[in-house]
Amino acid sequence: MIRFLLKGLIRDRSRSLSPVLIVAAGAFLCVFLYGWIKGAMDDLISSTARFDTGHVKIMTRAYNRLSDQMPNDLALLGVGKLLDDLRASEKGITWMPRIRFGGLLDIPDEKGETREQAPVAGLAVDLLSPDSPEPEILNLKNALVRGKLFQKAGDILISEAFAHRLGVKIGETATLIGSTMNGGLAMHNFTIAGTVRFGIAALDRGAVIADIEDVRFALDMADGAGEIVGYSKEMHYDNNAMVALTKQFNKKFEQDKDEFAPIMLSLVDQYGLREYLDLANTFGAIIVTIFVMAMSIVLWNSGLMNGLRRYGEIGVRLALGEPKGTIYRRMILESIITGFIGSLLGTLAGLAVTYYLQYKGIDFGNLMQKSTILMSNVIRTRVTGWSYVIGFIPGLGASVIGTMFAGIGIYRRQTSQLFKELEA
Amino acid sequence: MVLVKTRNLLKCYPMGLRTLTALRKINLEFQRGEFCGLIGPSGSGKTTLLNIIGSLDVPSQGSVTVLDKKIEELSHVEAARLRRNHIGFIFQTYNLLPLYTAYENVEFPLLLIDMPEAKRKKKVMDALDWLGIADKAESRPAQLSGGESQRVAVARAIVKLPDLVLADEPTANLDAENSFNILEMMVKLNQELNTTFIFATHDEKVIRYLRRKIHLVDGQVVKDEIVN
Ligand SMILES: Nc1ncnc2c1ncn2[C@@H]1O[C@H](COP(=O)(O)OP(=O)(O)OP(=O)(O)O)[C@@H](O)[C@H]1O
Ligand SMILES: [Mg+2]
Repeated sequence: MIRFLLKGLIRDRSRSLSPVLIVAAGAFLCVFLYGWIKGAMDDLISSTARFDTGHVKIMTRAYNRLSDQMPNDLALLGVGKLLDDLRASEKGITWMPRIRFGGLLDIPDEKGETREQAPVAGLAVDLLSPDSPEPEILNLKNALVRGKLFQKAGDILISEAFAHRLGVKIGETATLIGSTMNGGLAMHNFTIAGTVRFGIAALDRGAVIADIEDVRFALDMADGAGEIVGYSKEMHYDNNAMVALTKQFNKKFEQDKDEFAPIMLSLVDQYGLREYLDLANTFGAIIVTIFVMAMSIVLWNSGLMNGLRRYGEIGVRLALGEPKGTIYRRMILESIITGFIGSLLGTLAGLAVTYYLQYKGIDFGNLMQKSTILMSNVIRTRVTGWSYVIGFIPGLGASVIGTMFAGIGIYRRQTSQLFKELEA
Repeated sequence: MVLVKTRNLLKCYPMGLRTLTALRKINLEFQRGEFCGLIGPSGSGKTTLLNIIGSLDVPSQGSVTVLDKKIEELSHVEAARLRRNHIGFIFQTYNLLPLYTAYENVEFPLLLIDMPEAKRKKKVMDALDWLGIADKAESRPAQLSGGESQRVAVARAIVKLPDLVLADEPTANLDAENSFNILEMMVKLNQELNTTFIFATHDEKVIRYLRRKIHLVDGQVVKDEIVN
């Protein structure tokens, strides 16, 4: 009997080929979009973590409140001790002090007069300790465009685009004019060691990377740091673990009413990333739901058209003694077969494209010019375990639901009525 | 032996506010082995009666017994089982399954009763042979002439050797020669296997063959004559 049904299915293109193609298209889009969102969200999280939030970040409460203004007058002090404690108690986490700083970068001519001047947003990290993980966390080696990475105190890296704008060469001097932790005027000479391009528009516009010891000296922040970031050792963000760590840390300072007591925030506590992350996690489900619904409607429709065309066949089968329920179930079986084949084809195609774009990526640099989001210009899709199954949910679901709806009309019709229509 | 029996059968269709009575007070008995027909003008209720006997429809009132089963009491599944095991249908428009070959069309009723493959094959070929269309076994309905199509339809109706064959205007789309051939085969079947045939027709070519003529007018039996 199954063979008999399959024959009919294969011979009738509008019952096999077209639903297979519809399902395949839907499954393809689903797999692809899922891989896309996954890739984009992962990139957003990873870039944001590396350049800004860490997996967890410690600041003073006061600094946290105004953190977008880089309020170094509210920075943590006694950082050496705090780091020692952290490194001793949380061995699974890499702890690093950082200072974000603003100011003017002044490029002098031969006579020491200002040649070019531009506001900068700088990031000071530990670059000179021999075993510092920061160059790797910031991916500096790959980002280097010209010149060299850090060699000695006083070196800075500036973004390639920024260097172009200022017209500076490698080896030239740049003076940072800012304010010290105590509100005094700070001036410090740096040597431009190299230029970098991170492939993240928000950074490449005007980033300056300096060594933290230089900046501490320049801004009069001995043993201070705006923030301490922590990364789990494999650089994998484990939300539950980080949120737990934050709770545990903050508990210790619960009673402390001091404005300058430290507070720890996990990645998702910062910049409303929790919502983004939740979105990333639910997006799969949302997409699948949308596709199930949209495709169900399409397949329902084509199922109805098919049903109309099949009135004759169904009438005859009823007359020959096949029970309605059996016919209905066999129609659903057919839809499972077409749904499965379609999902399979769509998933294969989706995986192929997703894998390809995982390797190639698509450059959104032009769109990201003005963005302040820490996300790579080149977005790569990502294949995960889910990519293999996610296409089957709308594929099979829509196909079966569509057929079920389409079939109800036939099911509820009087046998003799179907029959009359067939005679007509 | 009584194969079909109707008792005060009434069939109405709702027509807006009024109801249309398609059949009224039908009291008929059909014996096994009969070769009979319902005769009457268009709209007299022939198809309606045939469909009720074939358990495709149910009476509005009264009772219809087919092979000791009361049609009005059967569930969908039971009605389907009755049709599957005991009744063959032949239609005016052949109603072959267009996607399937002649062979497969004839095979279908046997698939429904789970007949094993070897036996099925033999039965299908026998039926096709019997109707002289074995050479068309692999043709699809679209490739068959009207006469050939109807012969496939007859083969499909009789392949499971049903107790009862219901034929609704089987010759309406056939020319004289094809009608003659089909009818000759049905008569032969009736004689050799004692299969009961009930026709619904107003075709003179068919009426000539009937051994019992039941005349319907406006849903009522006006004459029930046995021909010798
Ligand atoms: N589903 C229905 N709803 C309403 N009226 C119907 C329905 N089916 C049949 N009728 C009516 O019942 C009456 C008998 O119809 P039926 O089809 O049995 O006639 P018939 O004798 O087979 O005619 P014909 O020779 O044209 O096939 C007709 O008046 C028809 O309009
Ligand atoms: Mg009729």
